[in-house]
Amino acid sequence: MAKLTISGVDRTFPGVQGGPPTRALDTTDLSVEDNDFITILGPSGCGKSTLLRIIAGLDQPTSGTVELDGQRVTRPGADRGMVFQSYTLFPWLSVKQNICFGLREKGMAKSQQDEIAAEFMEQVGLTQFANHFPRMLSGGMQQRTALARALANDPKILLLDEPFGALDHQTRSLMQELLLSIWEKHKKTVLFVTHDIEEAIFMANRVLVMTARPGRIKADVPVSIPHPRDYKVKTSPEFAELKERLTEDIRVETLRAAQMAA
Amino acid sequence: MAGDSPFEPLKPVSPRTRLVLGAGFFVLFVAVWAAATLGGFIKPLFLADPVKTFAAGWRLFTEHGFLADIGITVWRVMGGFVLATVVGVPLGIAMGAFKPIEAFFGPFVSFARYLPASAFIPLLILWAGVGESQKLLVIFIGSVFQITLMVAVIIGETRRDLMEAALTLGASSRGIVIRVLLPNAAPAIAETLRLVLGWAWTYVIVAELVGADSGIGHMIMDSQRFLDTGQMIFGIFVIGVIGLITDFAFRALNQGLFPWYAGR
Repeated sequence: MAKLTISGVDRTFPGVQGGPPTRALDTTDLSVEDNDFITILGPSGCGKSTLLRIIAGLDQPTSGTVELDGQRVTRPGADRGMVFQSYTLFPWLSVKQNICFGLREKGMAKSQQDEIAAEFMEQVGLTQFANHFPRMLSGGMQQRTALARALANDPKILLLDEPFGALDHQTRSLMQELLLSIWEKHKKTVLFVTHDIEEAIFMANRVLVMTARPGRIKADVPVSIPHPRDYKVKTSPEFAELKERLTEDIRVETLRAAQMAA
Repeated sequence: MAGDSPFEPLKPVSPRTRLVLGAGFFVLFVAVWAAATLGGFIKPLFLADPVKTFAAGWRLFTEHGFLADIGITVWRVMGGFVLATVVGVPLGIAMGAFKPIEAFFGPFVSFARYLPASAFIPLLILWAGVGESQKLLVIFIGSVFQITLMVAVIIGETRRDLMEAALTLGASSRGIVIRVLLPNAAPAIAETLRLVLGWAWTYVIVAELVGADSGIGHMIMDSQRFLDTGQMIFGIFVIGVIGLITDFAFRALNQGLFPWYAGR
């Protein structure tokens, strides 16, 4: 059975000040297998974040259902970890306390929290910054902490909403490698929203291409580049071929989105 | 080139320069005051000169037991302010966090906020006499609605994405209030209390001008009867000094309590 099943989910936002309602997400079906790393690629405003928020339980679908391990999703919960594009570390907590936030909510013993926090700080390379407050950290370090915070909670599925979108290109590449190495080690089920084609191919075993608004899954492209992958695969012929195809797919949608806006 | 100008927008100054500039205006102020009075431009009846003022101040402490007046006034301010805080902060938090509670109390609090505390003094004398409870009530009425409303706004302005992050980490409603809304709002609430404490000082003096037999305000009223502008000015001056001290103390306390906070 699939890990995550999305059946007939759509989302229409009510009109603003008497305007017409906005259909953000067209009827969507999707089935995610255990340990899938799926990237959702689409032009901005295509409803890909809306889909992720519905899975997280932060938004409700207008119709349709989301089921995780056969259980229907109605509200947010610790079984679906999320990393946001904006920096969402709690500013009053240190790096370590941020990572322990979910564990503390569960009522876990302090010694066990410390152990888990130490493990994940090590993995994202922030052991030396355990007692730093978020405002003392760079953007990349903040997102690494946010990733560690989500992973420490041991969610069934990890939802990533353009988590590296605000980072510079170099930092972004390093973060992609870091996330991929963590995934290769822990085998998590991951849904990763992005508008960056390279990023989408590099990490995924499946790339879903979404149409312009109202968003709909237009293509489901398997990526069979073997693991472990490092940055060198970005220059392989296989990668280039996928990139060409997805670039074409996305370009059509971006043009459509631009025409709708005009 | 631009780096040398002291008038670049938002450019910080060194602590030393800040101190010198801050003290400088006090010096200038006293100098202008001295020039106006000692130079004979203003009659002593209307404005005492600095020398007479501080001599009057010295006599107040040594002969009239002014320290006791200061003590009682400080006690009244703090008493009324603490009462208002104990009621206003929890109510404000509840209003900010839970919209039905805001809908219930909000309109009344907004209405009550505009009622001038000083206008209640005659009524409060009828209800509570001229004793301490009347003074505390004036300050309480003047502060509690302001605190409630400002705290509610601060809590309501919590970043939604922080709440959402907490929700996806498994936080319950209770967890959100206690471990997200409260710590996030704490520095701004402390800052609000610092402001309101300043207003509480104006209320206490007004309360002491009417129907009081002790306190700084009462001393000022008494001095007016004897046309002693020196004492009156010294009384006002002392209020300013106490305000300055509490302000510094409050600021230092806030900085010590919230080292993570960079928003000032």
